[in-house]
Amino acid sequence: MHRFANPNRFMRLAGAVLPWSAGLTGLLLVAGLYLSFFVSPADYQQGETVRMMYIHVPSAWMGLLVYGVMAAASATALIWKHPLGDIIAKSAAPIGACFTFLALVTGSLWGKPMWGAWWVWDARLTSMLILFFLYLGHIALNHAFDDPVRGARAAAVLALVGVVNLPIIKFSVDWWNTLHQPSSVLRLDGPAIHPSMLAPLIVMALAFTAYFVSVLIIRIRGELLDRRLRVMQANRARQWQPEAAL
Amino acid sequence: MTEFFAMGGYAAFIWPAFGITAIVLIGLLTISLRGVRIREARLAALKSEGPNGET
Repeated sequence: MHRFANPNRFMRLAGAVLPWSAGLTGLLLVAGLYLSFFVSPADYQQGETVRMMYIHVPSAWMGLLVYGVMAAASATALIWKHPLGDIIAKSAAPIGACFTFLALVTGSLWGKPMWGAWWVWDARLTSMLILFFLYLGHIALNHAFDDPVRGARAAAVLALVGVVNLPIIKFSVDWWNTLHQPSSVLRLDGPAIHPSMLAPLIVMALAFTAYFVSVLIIRIRGELLDRRLRVMQANRARQWQPEAAL
Repeated sequence: MTEFFAMGGYAAFIWPAFGITAIVLIGLLTISLRGVRIREARLAALKSEGPNGET
């Protein structure tokens, strides 16, 4: 593991992965959209609105997955004090926030015709909204301190505390009597969904995952460049004012 | 064709959902790429400057 903790080595590896993950994102998106619109039948109860499931459910899954990645990176940053952990967490947070936002918005657009309401204070919806605020809090804390190390530390603690929300989201539909429909894919007794609808769902979820990997790599590269920039600027400032460095 | 775009009467919900998803995902990708490019340019400018700030 520590071999990959070197930022330069990590970036070389990530640079090799990026063209593949980017190409895969494009291919999977084309295939997933084709399956969603032309292969998947309309649902017998929900009609054509079922097509929103193919972006709504993968977005929600990504909201949880990205949070898991962010929390794991934060844990390694807090325990081993490795800056790469903070960089990964900081780079992942906006991506997770975007996916969670999309899950909420597409859910709202799906809820209006099916439930008759844009929003209800249901356990699943509320816990997803909390997830969105956790992402926003993480982003805000990362920028709230003049010293980026302190900001990253506070954000990492928030990320770990927020992990408690993940099982609440997953099981909210079982623990509380909610309007949101229960799980139909990740169940102990296997998926309760027809293959013609499961296929576009899985392909779109893989496309979103490949997108996440690609954008994460791009953002980590940006973060590493930012750190190098800051170090260079600090060195320049010290050269100009040698007594200030003492 | 018109039938496809009508989405069984749910066009007003389905197309905005897909549209917003496309805008957010493409927007985030663009912002992330631009962040890399701006920093690369700034780093190159800083390197080309001499130690006393002359170019």
